[in-house]
Amino acid sequence: MLELTGVRSGYHGLEILHEVNLTVQPGEIVAIVGANGAGKSTTLRTIVGEVKLQGGSVTFKDQPVVGGRSHELARRGLMLVPEHRALFGSLTVDENLTMGARARKGRWGFEKDWILDLFPILRERRTQLAETMSGGQQQMLAIARALMGSPDLLLLDEPSTGLSPKLTWTVFDAVKAIRDRGVSVLIVEQNASQVLSFADRAYVLESGSVVLEGSGADLADDARVQAAYLGG
Amino acid sequence: MATSLQNAPETTGSAARRPTLSERQKVAIVTVSVLAVVTAVAALRAGSSTVLVQALVTGVLTGGIYSLVAMGLTLIYGVLHIINFANGALVALAMYLTFVTVDTMGVHPYTALLVVVPAMGVLGALLQTSLLNPVMRAPIQIQLLVTIGLALAIENVLLLVFGPTPRSVQLPGNVGVSILGATVELSRIYAFVGALVLVAILSLVLQRTAIGTSIRAVAANPEGARLVGINTKSIYSVTFALGAMAAGAAGVLVAPFTTIEPTSGAIFNLTAFVVVVLGGMGNIPGALVGGLVVGLTEQLAGLILPDESPLLAVFVVFLIVLFIRPKGVFGRAS
Ligand SMILES: Nc1ncnc2c1ncn2[C@@H]1O[C@H](COP(=O)(O)OP(=O)(O)OP(=O)(O)O)[C@@H](O)[C@H]1O
Ligand SMILES: [Mg+2]
Repeated sequence: MLELTGVRSGYHGLEILHEVNLTVQPGEIVAIVGANGAGKSTTLRTIVGEVKLQGGSVTFKDQPVVGGRSHELARRGLMLVPEHRALFGSLTVDENLTMGARARKGRWGFEKDWILDLFPILRERRTQLAETMSGGQQQMLAIARALMGSPDLLLLDEPSTGLSPKLTWTVFDAVKAIRDRGVSVLIVEQNASQVLSFADRAYVLESGSVVLEGSGADLADDARVQAAYLGG
Repeated sequence: MATSLQNAPETTGSAARRPTLSERQKVAIVTVSVLAVVTAVAALRAGSSTVLVQALVTGVLTGGIYSLVAMGLTLIYGVLHIINFANGALVALAMYLTFVTVDTMGVHPYTALLVVVPAMGVLGALLQTSLLNPVMRAPIQIQLLVTIGLALAIENVLLLVFGPTPRSVQLPGNVGVSILGATVELSRIYAFVGALVLVAILSLVLQRTAIGTSIRAVAANPEGARLVGINTKSIYSVTFALGAMAAGAAGVLVAPFTTIEPTSGAIFNLTAFVVVVLGGMGNIPGALVGGLVVGLTEQLAGLILPDESPLLAVFVVFLIVLFIRPKGVFGRAS
């Protein structure tokens, strides 16, 4: 589904990612964990072409990803919910969802009702402006907007940021529900223990390099991961 | 919901919205009362009600025309965040196209809308695609230089093709009519109505159509738009095309009462810029209000300070507004 081989990228000549290799198979939930500044967001942004690829290759559904063309990727079924959400603040909740559906253009999509069932609060706020929603509501809207585009691979950058523990589980349950409907998910999380409990596989990123990879359960038990990220 | 393309970043959280509304009402009240006081002073200085009414009617009509010329400027700013210094040149170009259409085909000047507006749309899309899209991620001064260069290029092509001789377009039956005792040319009334129609059309396109929603989405968050599959560059081209079409409509409508010269655009630029800032950059109904404020200020200042240039008063108002409300009289509220 997604394959990164020897990926190098960064900003203004500064290399952040060094030879990153990573794969996501169909129907998998794959997690990336790592310290602040390790390059997790940069990895996701490189995949969608928002950060320029400086070496190596990214392929999605066996076709190379061309830098600077993130809108085409969305249409091919790869959608990113970025760290800062990138909602359309001056548009209503409903308009944001409608815009999300632009990505699928004729492809089969999730039913809007199914998406709104995942996040019922959005149903009550359809005419509210996105910028006036609370932080947690905005996070849910950002995920719902991406789902409207019916992605085959969904990239989530710290979807639990700013959410209460209960809402965090709402979002994680939604991630599992999405996977159960055949979507692959690549998820970056600060909440390592929680995400490793349901991820099929995971990567540990340190200073722009993958230092560990394995099944979610294995990594959760790994002494190094426990020391660094699980406070154990 | 007013048709503004701008985010109001400070209005996060639902509690922030209500004070914004009442603040806008306050602004409206202050604006109206200031205008009332100024009108009263002008009335005293004018001495006769006919003179005052003439100034008010002329001010409103001219104001509508200013906002007509400013419409494309504010639209393009709202989405592309570029001050299009070629806006005036595009209006001048449209006036020449009107002149040529009327001259060669012998049609009624307003029929030229059918030719000029689509032609300007195509030109606008081509300009954005070829000149501005490649520099959209460049520093802002690069984009400004491109539009300034474009303005110079258009002016010089017009000079080359038509020479310096001023041209004019005659509107059949363009008589003076009386409104509340004031005499105004019919062509100016049509242009004023045209401004209202243009605001309505642009607002409808932006609020009610699929392409309009995409345009507002790109204005609100270009990255978010790309992430949902929108080709932001083609939306920029559509927006510049719409802006150029607005400049085209303005050119046709003002041609019957404007001396058509290659440099006519430069004069429009200055006023249009003031109008756009007063109305809130990117705020389309705001441009209408800004135009009326400038038009009325000019006329009333002419009565109160008959020896000074009316532009002086316009700039004093402009500076005061910039000082107390940097986002324009009606701001960028959504
Ligand atoms: N636009 C940018 N320009 C320059 N450097 C950047 C830019 N964005 C990120 N960086 C740098 O790249 C490195 C990796 O950042 P990145 O956002 O990928 O980290 P992260 O793993 O997502 O961290 P966090 O957990 O805090 O979100 C950091 O050192 C950061 O300072
Ligand atoms: Mg990050």
